[in-house]
Amino acid sequence: MSDVSLTVNGKRVSGSAEDRTLLVHFLREHLGLTGTHVGCDTSQCGACVVHVDGRAVKSCTMLAVQASGSTIVTIEGLADGAELHPVQAAFKEHHGLQCGFCTPGMIMTATDMIARHPEGLDEATVRAELEGNICRCTGYHNIVKAILAASETMAKGAKGKAKQAA
Amino acid sequence: MGIEGVGARVARKEDKRFITGGGRYVDDMVVPGMKHAVFVRSPHAHAQIKKIDVKKAQGMPGVVGVLTGKELKADGIGNLICGWMIHSKDGTPMKMGAWSPLAVDKVRYVGDAVVIVVADTKGQARDAAEAVEITYKELKAVVDATKAIQPGAPQIHAESDNNLIFDWEIGDGKATDAAIKSAAHVTRMKIVNNRLVPNAMEPRAALGHYDKAEDHYTCWTTSQNPHVARLVMSAFYNVAPENKLRVIAPDVGGGFGSKIYIYPEEIVCLWASKKTGVPVKWVADRTESFLADAHGRDHVSNVEMAFDKDNRITGLKVDTIANLGAYMSLFSSCVPTYLYATLLSGQYNIPAIHANVRTVYTNTAPVDAYRGAGRPEATYLLERTMETAARELGISPAELRRKNFITSFPHQTPVIMNYDAGDYNASLDAAMKAADYAGFAKRKADAAKQGKLRGIGMSCYIEACGIAPSAAVGSLGAGVGLWESAEVRVNAVGTIEVLTGSHSHGQGHETTFAQLVNQRFGVPIDSVSIVHGDTDKVQMGMGTYGSRSGAVGMSAIVKALDKVEAKAKKIAAHLLEADEGDIVIENGEVKVAGTDKSLPWFQVALAAYTAHNLPAGMEPGLKETAFYDPANFTFPAGCYISEVEIDPETGVTDIIQFVAADDFGNIINPMIVEGQVHGGIAQGIGQALLEGAYYDGSGQLLTASYMDYTMPRAGDLPSFKVSTSNTPCPSNPLGIKGCGEAGAIGSPPAIINAITDALGVVDIPMPASPATVWATIRATKH
Repeated sequence: MSDVSLTVNGKRVSGSAEDRTLLVHFLREHLGLTGTHVGCDTSQCGACVVHVDGRAVKSCTMLAVQASGSTIVTIEGLADGAELHPVQAAFKEHHGLQCGFCTPGMIMTATDMIARHPEGLDEATVRAELEGNICRCTGYHNIVKAILAASETMAKGAKGKAKQAA
Repeated sequence: MGIEGVGARVARKEDKRFITGGGRYVDDMVVPGMKHAVFVRSPHAHAQIKKIDVKKAQGMPGVVGVLTGKELKADGIGNLICGWMIHSKDGTPMKMGAWSPLAVDKVRYVGDAVVIVVADTKGQARDAAEAVEITYKELKAVVDATKAIQPGAPQIHAESDNNLIFDWEIGDGKATDAAIKSAAHVTRMKIVNNRLVPNAMEPRAALGHYDKAEDHYTCWTTSQNPHVARLVMSAFYNVAPENKLRVIAPDVGGGFGSKIYIYPEEIVCLWASKKTGVPVKWVADRTESFLADAHGRDHVSNVEMAFDKDNRITGLKVDTIANLGAYMSLFSSCVPTYLYATLLSGQYNIPAIHANVRTVYTNTAPVDAYRGAGRPEATYLLERTMETAARELGISPAELRRKNFITSFPHQTPVIMNYDAGDYNASLDAAMKAADYAGFAKRKADAAKQGKLRGIGMSCYIEACGIAPSAAVGSLGAGVGLWESAEVRVNAVGTIEVLTGSHSHGQGHETTFAQLVNQRFGVPIDSVSIVHGDTDKVQMGMGTYGSRSGAVGMSAIVKALDKVEAKAKKIAAHLLEADEGDIVIENGEVKVAGTDKSLPWFQVALAAYTAHNLPAGMEPGLKETAFYDPANFTFPAGCYISEVEIDPETGVTDIIQFVAADDFGNIINPMIVEGQVHGGIAQGIGQALLEGAYYDGSGQLLTASYMDYTMPRAGDLPSFKVSTSNTPCPSNPLGIKGCGEAGAIGSPPAIINAITDALGVVDIPMPASPATVWATIRATKH
C-alpha cells in the first residue's frame, strides 16, 4: 500500500491505495468521482482523460501513487459553479454527445486542445488531435463542431478580457 | 411548432448530467457490502472440461466465493435460450444446443464463462481467478461457417448434425428459377458481409443484489430492455419469480444491439449474490467485451439477379450461410431470416424472389443483432449487385435504380413486407444534387492529374423498423409481443411524468418524449420527466432496438396523452360550464374556443386531485396508461452517396464527401435525428473500411483490443452532408418511421461501390483497409 496525496478539483485529498491502483480507479473508487470512465484496457479510448498539472492525461496510464503531489481536474471540477465551462456548453448546444460515456474524456481532451492552440483550430487539426478519444455514437461530426465553436467562444472571451484589462 | 414542440431542434435535457460527470452507469453504482467478480473464461475454442479445482483460489486473500457451473445447475438455474423459433424448410424446428451460463462439461468458444470468482476487490478477484485450475481436453475447432457445415467438421453441439441450426427458405423458388432461366442478363456475385464487434463504449456490467430478509433480487445491468431481461431471467433461467426480481438499467453507455440480450454474467451475478450473501458486481474489461459480447453480421451469400431486355429486374435468388457462433443468442435466429430476407426486395419492383438461409454453429462468440441487424446484410447484397449489374449492362447506376424503383404504394413484395409509403426518386434526386453528382467526371479527371484514383458510389436502402406488430411476429416465431407501453402521470401542480417501456442509451428520449408532451399541453419540457429503465417504476415494456422507440414507444405515449387530454377536457368543461367539444388546450391554457374563458393547465390538474368539484361519477386523478401495438412495420428509406479518393501508392482511401438523403417520415427533433444518422454512417464506414473481427484457425480472437480492432476515429471520417425528405408513415399516429439504424444500413455499399468504381474492379472485401486496397491495385495491374 502507498499513501497518495492529491489536489483534486481544488480540494486536497489523501488516502492509501494498493501500489497497482491506477489513477482512474483511485478517482472513481476512493474519491467517488465516477465521471471519469474506463472504456478499454489499453489506453486507446480516452474515456478516462483528466488534467494532471494542467495537461490532459489518460488516467488509466498512470498509477495513483505516480500522481501523488499533483493537481488534478476531473470533469466534475470543470464548470465554474453552476456555470458550465464553454466546452461543456458547446457539447450540449451542438449535440456533441449521445450516450455520454466518452463525453467526460472528450471534454477534458478538448479543453486541453483549445488551450494548446491559442491561434485557433480548424477541422483537420481537431480531427487529428482527437486521435486518442473514441466515440461510438456521434460519428464525431458534432463533437468536431462543438470543439470548433468552443474554441471560437473562448478566443472571443479571451479578447474581451484583454480589452477590459487594457 | 412551439420552441420546445414537435419539430424543434431542442438541446437535450439529459446532457447536463453527462457533461458534468453526473451520469450514473452500472459501474458507478455502489451498494453496501458489495464485492467484485471476475469470470474465468475458456482459453480454448473447443474443449472438454475434465476437472475444475478451486481450492487454491478459495484460499486467496479477500476471496468470498469461487463458484462453478455444477453448483449453478444444482441450484436449478436454467440454460440460455433463443427467443425466436425458426423451422427448417423440412418442417423441423431449429436445433438449439444447450448454453449453460457457466460451462459444465464443454467449452465452445474462447471466452466461454466457466467459473465466477468473488472477492473484496477486483484485483483480488483477478488474482484468485488466475489460481483456478481447470483441466481441459482440447478438441478440434472450426470458426468458418462454410467449413463448419462440411461433413467431418468438428461437432459443436450434440443436438445439431454438421453444425446446421436450420435450413430455411422464403419466397417462390420455382418462379425465381424460371425468371433466371429466361433472363436477358443475369448478374452473379459472391457477397461476404464481414464480422463485426458492436463496441458500445461502456463495457457490459452487472450488479446482483440478493436481499435475504425480503427474499428479493435487484439487478443493475447494462440493458436496452430491462423488462425483457426480467421476464427471461424469471421465466426461463429460474433466477427468481418476476415479483421477486427488480431489473434496473440506469444510464447505459451505448448499445447498438449488443445490450439487448440476457447474457450469462447477469444471471450468474444474481445467483452468486444469494450464494455468497453479498452484492456482486462485474464489469467487463474491453477484451472481455470483444470475446463475449454478441458479434454482428458474418454472412456469406451467393446472389443471382435476373434482368429482362429493358433492364428490369425479373428475379432475385439468394443463398446465404450465416455464422451464429457457439450458441444461439436471444434473437440470433430472426436476424438472418425475418430481419434480412424480408428486405431483399429493397426499393425495387422484383416479381420473384427466393432466399435460402442456412445458419451454422462455429467455435466463435455468439452472433446476434448489431445496428441494423439483417437489413445491412440485405442492403449490402442488393446494392453491391445493382452496382455490378449497372456496370455489366452499361447503364448508369442511378438510371438502373430509377428504372426499377417501386413508385406506387402500398406495395406488396414477394417476401412478406407491405411497403406503406415512400418516394425513392426524391431521396435519390436529393442525394445526387447534394453530392454534385453531375460534376464528378471533372473531379475524377482532376484527381487523376494528381495521380489519385477517384470513385463515386451510391446505395439506395430500405429497412423495416417500428418493430413490430405482435400478432405478425408471433406467427413468424417470435416468443414475445413487440408492442410498447406508456403511462402519463399529471401531478397536482401540472408537472408531468411519462413512464415508458423504451430505454434510452444515447437516443435522447428524455428530450424528444418531453417535446411530445409540450406539443400537446404546452407544459415546458423542464416540467416533464421521462422515467425509464426500472421494472419497479415502469409497468412493462419491450425496450429499445430496431429503431422502435419513436414509431412504437412514442405512439404508446400519444395514446396515453389522448386519454389524459380527454379527461382534462371533461374536467375543464365542467369547471368552465362549457361543452366538452368546445374545449381546446393551447400554450399551457385550457380554453373554451371562441371565448375568453380559460383555466391554466395546472388548475385542471389540481382540480383532478382535490376532487372537490369533478363531473358526477368521475374518478379523481389525472394519470393514464396505454399499450400500443403497431399495425405494420415502418419503412425508412433513402439514398447515400460517397465519393472517395485513393492514393495508389499507399492504398489509403480518403472519403472526399459522404451524402445521406433519408426519408424518416415525420421528425420530432431534427438535431437528434441527424446525430443518429451521423453515428450510423460512422459505423457503416467502419465496417466498409476499418473494422473486422478475425479468429485464427484454432479459434483465438486476433482482434480483441482497440490495438487490433480498428475503431473509426475522428481522423478517419469526414463531416457528413445529411438531409431528410418526408413521406409520413400512415400506420402510426405520429407518422414516424425511425432513424436509428439507417446510417449503418445504407453506408457500407455506398463506400464499396465508390472504391470499386475508383479501382475499376468488380469487388473488394470489407474492410477495404489500405493493405487490401493496395494489394487489389497490385493484383489488377498484373
